[in-house]
Amino acid sequence: MARSVTTRGKAINTAIAWAVGLLIFFPILWTILTSFKTEGQAIAAPPVFLFFDWTLENYAIVQERSDYLRYLTNSIIIACGSTVLGIIVAIPAAWSMAFVPGRRTKDILMWMLSTKMLPAVGVLYPIYLLFIKLGLLDSRAGLVIVLMLINLPIIVWMLYTYFREIPGEILEAARMDGASLKNEIIYVLTPMAVPGIASTILLNIILAWNEAFWTLNLTAAKAAPLTAFIASYSSPEGLFYAKLSAASTMAIAPILIMGWFSQKQLVRGLTFGAVK
Amino acid sequence: MTNTVRALLGATALCTFAGVASAETITIATVNNGDMIRMQGYTDQFTAQTGVEVEWVTLEENVLRQRVTTDISTKGGAFDIMTIGMYETPIWGANGWLVPLNDLSAEYDAADILPAMAGGLSYDGTLYAAPFYGESSMIMYRTDLMEKAGLDMPDAPTWTFIREAAAAMTDRDNDINGVCLRGKAGWGEGGAFITAMSNSFGAQWFDMSWGATFDQKPWLDTLTFFKGMMDESGPAGYATNGFNENLSLFQQGKCGMWIDATVAASFVTNPKDSTVADHVGFALAPDNGLGKRSNWLWAWALAIPAGTQKEAAAKQFIEWATSKSYIETVAANEGWANVPPGARTSLYENPNYMEVPFAQKTLDSILSADPLNATVNEAPYVGVQFAAIPEFAGIATDVSQEFSAAYAGQQTIEEALAKAQALTNDAMEAAGYR
Amino acid sequence: MATQHSRSAARIMIAPAVILLLGWMLVPLVMTLYFSFKKYLPLRGGDLGWVGFENYSRFVTSSSFWPSIATTLTLVVSVLVITVVLGVLLALLLDRPMWGQGIVRILVIAPFFVMPTVSALIWKNMFMDPINGLLAHLWRAFGAEPIQWMSQASMPSIIIIVSWQWLPFATLILLTAIQSLDGEQLEASEMDGAPPVKRFWYIILPHLSRAITVVVLIQTIFLLAVFAEIFVTTGGAFGTKTLSYLIFQRVLESQNVGLGSAGGVYAIILANIVAMFLMRIVGKNLD
Repeated sequence: MARSVTTRGKAINTAIAWAVGLLIFFPILWTILTSFKTEGQAIAAPPVFLFFDWTLENYAIVQERSDYLRYLTNSIIIACGSTVLGIIVAIPAAWSMAFVPGRRTKDILMWMLSTKMLPAVGVLYPIYLLFIKLGLLDSRAGLVIVLMLINLPIIVWMLYTYFREIPGEILEAARMDGASLKNEIIYVLTPMAVPGIASTILLNIILAWNEAFWTLNLTAAKAAPLTAFIASYSSPEGLFYAKLSAASTMAIAPILIMGWFSQKQLVRGLTFGAVK
Repeated sequence: MTNTVRALLGATALCTFAGVASAETITIATVNNGDMIRMQGYTDQFTAQTGVEVEWVTLEENVLRQRVTTDISTKGGAFDIMTIGMYETPIWGANGWLVPLNDLSAEYDAADILPAMAGGLSYDGTLYAAPFYGESSMIMYRTDLMEKAGLDMPDAPTWTFIREAAAAMTDRDNDINGVCLRGKAGWGEGGAFITAMSNSFGAQWFDMSWGATFDQKPWLDTLTFFKGMMDESGPAGYATNGFNENLSLFQQGKCGMWIDATVAASFVTNPKDSTVADHVGFALAPDNGLGKRSNWLWAWALAIPAGTQKEAAAKQFIEWATSKSYIETVAANEGWANVPPGARTSLYENPNYMEVPFAQKTLDSILSADPLNATVNEAPYVGVQFAAIPEFAGIATDVSQEFSAAYAGQQTIEEALAKAQALTNDAMEAAGYR
Repeated sequence: MATQHSRSAARIMIAPAVILLLGWMLVPLVMTLYFSFKKYLPLRGGDLGWVGFENYSRFVTSSSFWPSIATTLTLVVSVLVITVVLGVLLALLLDRPMWGQGIVRILVIAPFFVMPTVSALIWKNMFMDPINGLLAHLWRAFGAEPIQWMSQASMPSIIIIVSWQWLPFATLILLTAIQSLDGEQLEASEMDGAPPVKRFWYIILPHLSRAITVVVLIQTIFLLAVFAEIFVTTGGAFGTKTLSYLIFQRVLESQNVGLGSAGGVYAIILANIVAMFLMRIVGKNLD
C-alpha cells in the first residue's frame, strides 16, 4: 500500500508502536531479566531493572535439579511428531473438502471444530484407562497421537481455507495432462500450498508445545515434556522468583526463538480464510 | 474386559521384567519441597550402594496429588514409589492399593518411627507409608517485637493472648503485621489451618451421623475470631496467603507471629534466607481453654503402589531415604538444622539435634496432636486438620473457597457457613453417608 | 466439475480424518455418557452401579453450577471483546509506516508462544503479587494501596492474563486482513475527504468482519477450555470457577467420576449451544 506519509507522522507512529510493543512484550522481558538475578535482587524493592550483578547460577541450579535436555527432547518430539502426523491425515481431507465440496462439507468442518470444545478433564479417567490398556502411558507415541487428535480440526480447517484459494483451473489443466489424483496432490497442489502448510505446521507446533493438560497427566518420567518440567518449579516452599524465571525462560525459549525466526511464514498463512 | 486387561497387564509386566533384569530403574513421584529436592541430590549414593537407578518425577503439591491419585485408582503403574501424606495413606491402605511396609529390615528399626507418625500412616495397625519428614504446627514469633510490645510469650498461649499480642505488635507504618496466618483456599492450605484452629474452639467437621456442623456456634466463633483478628493485625490480602506467602513475609520481617508448619522453623532461622533469623522464638499453637490445641499433624511419606514389579528395589529405596543413616548424612553435610525432622524418635534423643533451637518445641507439638481424638466432642472421623475419608479433599476445597471469599469480604461469615453447610451435606449425601 | 470418480476419491481421502476424529469424539463421549449414569468413585472401589439421572440432577442443583456458567461466559465474552477491540487498534497501528516494523511485530506476537502455565505463573507472582509484584511497586510509587489482584480483582486478573495471551493471535489475523484491503479504495475515500473515523467505520470495519469472525470462532474454542490460568492463580476461589474448572474439581479433587462425567455432558451441551450460536454468525460470514 503506497501512501505518502510525512517523516514526522512516521516518527510518531514508530514511537507509539514501539511503546505498545514493548509494553506487551514486557512480562517476558522481565522474566528473562529476573532469571539472571539473585533471589534477593529478584524481590528487591524498589525493583532493579538492568543494573544488577548478572548471574547464571539460577540456570545452573535448575539444570542440576532437572535434566532440561530430556524434557526439551520430549517436547520437540511430541510437538513435531503430532504435527507431522496431523498434516499427513489432514491434507487429503482438506483437499477433498476444498475441491470436491459436498452439501455437508461445512457441517463436517464445524463438527470437527466442535470436538475441540469437550472439556478435557471430563474424559481424563476414560482416556487414562484406555492408555493403560494400550500400554501407551508415559510414552511419547501416546502423546503424539493425543495431541494430533486434539489439533487435527485446526489443521484441517487451516489447510482447507488455504487450498480453497488455489484456482481450480490449474487442477483442471493438470488433469487434462493426464495427472493422476496422487500426482495432482503431490506435484501440483502441494507446492502451491507450501506457504499455507508451513504456517499450519508452525501454528500446530506452538499449540502442541503449550498443551499442558494431557502432557502432564499422561506422563511420568520417560515422556514428560517441558510442561511437566515447569510443574516442578511452581509454588515450592518459599518464593524463588529468580529460579522460577530461569525455569520459565528455559521452557519458552525454544518455541519463542522458533516463532521469531519463522514469523514471516507463520503470519503469511495464519489467515484461516479471513482474507478474500 | 477385565480378563483382557489382566492379560495385557501380565504381558506388560513380563516385558518390563525382561527389560530390567540387568539394571533396575525405579520411578518416584515426589513433591517439590526443599527436603525432597535435597534428597534427590543424594540419590547417587543410593545408586552406588544398590545399583538401582532412580527416575524422579517432581511436581508441585496439587499437581502431584491429582497425578498419583489418578494413577493409583486406575492401577496405572506409572510410579514405583509415590510421595503421599497422612490423608491419603489410610484411605489407600484400606483399599489395598499400597504394599504393606511391615517387613522392613531390623537395621531400619521401624519401631523408631515416632508413634504419632506411624499411627497416622497406618491402616488397621499396618504401616503403609514410611515418613520422610513429619510436622505439626506451632507459633513462630519475633522475640524482639514481643519485647518491644512489653509482652512475654508463654510456652502454651491462649487465642486471647495471641490476639492481644498481635494487636500490640502491629505497626502498620513500618509494615509490621502482628500475625500472619493462612487464608488461602485449598484444603491443604487455609483449610488445614482453620480446621486445626476450629478444634480448639470445640468445632468439628461432622457429627456422629456424618452431618455437617457449620450451622453450629463453634464454627461461627472460629471464623469470627479468625477474621476479626486478621482484619485487626493481619497482612493485607491474607485471604490469598498460603504457606509460601507467609514464609516470605516472615523472612522479610513483616510478621510478628506466624502459626504454621514446624518445618518452617528451619527456614525462618536460616540466616541465608531470613532477615530475622536471630530473633525467632517458638511456642505451642494456641488453645481456647477447651482442652484441645490448634496444631495439626502431617507427614510426607513414601509408599509403594500395589502391583509394581519393582517392589524389592522400591523397598530398598524407602529404607535408604527414611533411614537413620540418611539423617546422619545430611547432618554431616549441611548441619543438624537441615535434616528432615519429625519422623524418628532417635532424632529427638540425639543431643546434637536437641541443641537446634526449635527441636524441643517441634517434638512437643507433634506429641500434643492426636488424630484419633482431635476434637473436643466425639467425632466419627480420624485426622486433625482433615477427616480421613475419600470425600474430604473435594468438600474441604469447596468449603475453604467459601471461607476465603468471606475473609476477602466478598460475603459474610454467615453466608459462607450456610453455603459450606449445604455443600458438605450435599456431597456426603452423594457419597452415601446419609 | 467433480466427476463421479473424484467424488468417491474425495470421500476416501476425507475418511481418515473423519474416522479419527469420530473415534476421538465418540470413544470418550460414550465413556463419559456411560460413567455419567454410574456411581463411580475411584477412591471407594470404582464402579458402584447405575444411578440413573442422579448425577445430572446433583450437578445442576449444586450451588456452584449456575455461577460457573456465568463465570465461563463472562470470561469468554470479556476476552473476546478485549482482544478484538485492542486487536483491531493494534492492527491499524502496525499497518502504518514506521521504522522497525518487523521487530515491533515480533514483540507483539511473543505472548502467543508462552505456555499458559508459565504466563499464569509470571503474572501471578511477578506482577500481581500484592507485596513483591511489579504492579504493587508501581501502585506504591504513585502512593496508592496495591490491589489484591487474586482476591479483590480475581476475574479481571484472569481476564487480563488470558487476553494478554490471545491478543497477538487476534492482532495477526486482523493485520493480515487490513493489509489485504484495497489501497485504491482507501485512497479514493481519502481524496473524497472522508474523516478517519468514517473511513474506519464504513470501509475498514466491514472489510474486517470476516477476520473478526474467524478470531471469535477460534478463540471461543480455546477459551471454553481455559484451565491452567485458573489452576495456577486462584484455584477456582473468589468466583473464578468456570464450568471446566468445576468439572475438574468434581473429577480430580472430589474423585467423583460419575458426577464429573455428568458435568462433562453439560459442558458438551454448552459447547454445542455456543457452536450453534457461532454457526449462525459464522455461516453467514465464512463463504
